[in-house]
Amino acid sequence: MSQTFTLDGEEIPFRDGQTIIQAAHDAGRWIPHLCYHPEFKPHGSCKLCTVTVNGRHMASCTTQAAAGQTVESDTEALNGERRTLLQMLFVEGNHFCPSCEKSGDCKLQATAYELGMMTPHFDHFYPSRPVDASHPEVLLDFNRCILCSLCVRASRDVDGKCVFALSGRGIGTKLVVNAASGRLADTDAAIGDKALEVCPVGVILKKRRGFAVPIGERTYDKAPISETEE
Amino acid sequence: MHDQERDVASALAPILARWRNDPTALVQILRETQEALDWISPQAIEFIRRALALPHAKIEGVAGFYSFFYTRPRGRYRVLFADNIVERMQGGAALLERMCRNLWVEQGKVSEDGLVSVDTTSCIGMSDQGPALLVNNLSVPNLDEARVDRLCELIRGAVPLADWPAELFAVADNVRRRDVLLDAGLRPGDALRAARARIDRVGTEASNTRSWREGLPQGVAGPAALIDELRRSGLRGRGGAGFSTALKWDACRNAPVPEGGCRIVVCNADEGEPGTFKDRVLLNSHADLVFEGMTVAALAVGARRGFLYLRGEYRYLLDKLEGVLARRRAAGLLGPAILGMAGADFDIEIHVGAGAYVCGEESALIESLEGKRGTPRNRPPFPVTHGYLGLPTVVDNVETLACSALIALNGGDWFAGIGTEASTGTKLLSVSGDVAAPGVYEFPFGVTVAEVLEAAGARDAQAVQVGGPSGTCVGEAEFGRRIAFEDVPSAGAFMVFDRRRDMFEVARNFAHFFAHESCGFCTPCRVGTSLLKNLMDKLANGHGSPYDFAEIEKMNHILQQMSHCGLGHSACNPVLDTIARFRPAYERRLSNRSFEPAFDLDRALAPARQMTGRDDAGAHLAIHGEEAK
Repeated sequence: MSQTFTLDGEEIPFRDGQTIIQAAHDAGRWIPHLCYHPEFKPHGSCKLCTVTVNGRHMASCTTQAAAGQTVESDTEALNGERRTLLQMLFVEGNHFCPSCEKSGDCKLQATAYELGMMTPHFDHFYPSRPVDASHPEVLLDFNRCILCSLCVRASRDVDGKCVFALSGRGIGTKLVVNAASGRLADTDAAIGDKALEVCPVGVILKKRRGFAVPIGERTYDKAPISETEE
Repeated sequence: MHDQERDVASALAPILARWRNDPTALVQILRETQEALDWISPQAIEFIRRALALPHAKIEGVAGFYSFFYTRPRGRYRVLFADNIVERMQGGAALLERMCRNLWVEQGKVSEDGLVSVDTTSCIGMSDQGPALLVNNLSVPNLDEARVDRLCELIRGAVPLADWPAELFAVADNVRRRDVLLDAGLRPGDALRAARARIDRVGTEASNTRSWREGLPQGVAGPAALIDELRRSGLRGRGGAGFSTALKWDACRNAPVPEGGCRIVVCNADEGEPGTFKDRVLLNSHADLVFEGMTVAALAVGARRGFLYLRGEYRYLLDKLEGVLARRRAAGLLGPAILGMAGADFDIEIHVGAGAYVCGEESALIESLEGKRGTPRNRPPFPVTHGYLGLPTVVDNVETLACSALIALNGGDWFAGIGTEASTGTKLLSVSGDVAAPGVYEFPFGVTVAEVLEAAGARDAQAVQVGGPSGTCVGEAEFGRRIAFEDVPSAGAFMVFDRRRDMFEVARNFAHFFAHESCGFCTPCRVGTSLLKNLMDKLANGHGSPYDFAEIEKMNHILQQMSHCGLGHSACNPVLDTIARFRPAYERRLSNRSFEPAFDLDRALAPARQMTGRDDAGAHLAIHGEEAK
């Protein structure tokens, strides 16, 4: 643990093989992120965790920590760029926080609050994304999908299944489930699957539990995401 | 239903057998499935799923990624007009409309009888003989009204493609200027024999053989001699980035090979950059030179497997290229112990792409070779150490490999004497647009834009897009600049626009291209390319204001700094380049000095008008409003 890099001027120790975001989190420093999750192989797609390493923009979840790096993260410029990425995520899907049962537990919403995103800025795309209510226990509302692929990785790497995958391309990229019918009910998804637990937004929802915790008492209602996250 | 299943089984069984039920060949299996069945039906996916033991979602994910794969019926004849800006200038859009009218089909939809669909696709590498289209992925160039009418008759008559007149598919090379590469006149095996002669006897039998297997440090006799020759040549990659080929080969050669693996050489023939077609000519008329270059690379790095990744738009070249490979095997230039050299075992497989520009990026290309979605990988590790199936892999452009064969034959010093100090050798330029003689021009590096324009017979040119949409837009004041890595680098495209052309529309066409081709993996590129496209459409619709320039700048910053790969990094280039050089083309579209919303109520009512079949004055808001007054 003798090696260090600096993050916004603070010395951060790291172990060989650690990425910048891992070392930062171990040191109690939060770097905004959505597709990164400490339990899974980094994906590097949401780009929210982008920092500058010796002046160069790099995704901190896929960049190895190295001794002597000068890393900047909590700067107005980087947070401004992250706000733009958040706005992009908001307008490419259909996000209506006031009517979303994930409100208060949603990482997209919480990160947007944290970074002070006041408006969506861009025109909404209003994509047509039908919901899948076929499964007796789980509802899929694709309107809120941010394509982080956490469910894809969890199903593949933890559950040893392949319930979820990405299909399509470009702005038409979409989450699909592993069934010829395209219905979750026809997959081997089951309560207890890690894949059903990891959605950072309101796509994968357990039925009949929507408001078990009232609004106002939820995770990010109590404390901002920067102080809450693992 | 049972008949259908039997048809699927009888069509797919030989395809799967040919690819040995290998999941890494999924893209090839899907392509051949579609060629056999016209689309990738649910029954076909089910059959493939069982044979390859892959999850349904994975097959759906791959099939959904590539533009040329259809999981819904698209007709027996699937027509795709090239929609590059050059083809637009040649009148492609009017011909598409004519075909739609003739066939009673709406663009993007399948005809009522399920016979035909007509749509657009990105550049198909025929800008020198456009307008052009693909029908079931076979190229038909030189379109005019008569030709389109003829195609319509063949389609309406349901004439099988195999019975269409061959002249419809005739593609010319259009080589206009030759230099050392196109004039090489190499006999198959010449470069390999010269490479063998460079290796002394001891090297051949001892260190040489060992170095293929173990990657000895450079300097030993044997294949290292080849890499030394390459280093002296100063050869840099022709795909655009200009990385030193010797460095790349050396890194691959020195990378450890996992147990049971081998090194890999990949020829990147995914020539997707709009306006580029020089690899088409190399593969059509100089395929031996390209394969010889691949074999030289294999010898140098110690590779045993090779792949040619041929873009789907060049499907028509596949049989011919397979023929060349067969001949080379028969001549002992591929296969075990090439030219009798112990341990020099190397063979080449051809994989065909399926309409995804991003697969020109080397790590996306490797993903596609592995039968996956063509998403660029996180790097490092780089392909030279962890490429195809995690094995050390060299990925080089078609032209780079052809140059390598010449260097093996004539030596590095000879090559370094051509071109400029930092950009050695020659460059093949695909010249198209407003010129008298479009085609392939081979010039030594360092040639000026003006010299190329003069040679191609360009009159009144106002701009040249060098290197395609992700390259550089050069205005008249800069025609003295040189094509070279140190000045204006080029992957080969050279699109000429004369004064009649609206440079805003050129940039807008490119913005649409990037939005269509973004792989969708990272947020900035997936959403940003669409936002940029929308901004350009907003300007085109007369709703622009100076505010939008700032928005474009902002989008450029985000895409350049935060995108995952080069596609996103360069997506705003053509827009920024044309704003800098042709600002009046943008300014005359501005309707307001400060801000103007993109939303237009009358345009928003278009779907309602379509649904009700009305387009009269009363169905239009502005006119309706005036009447009310």
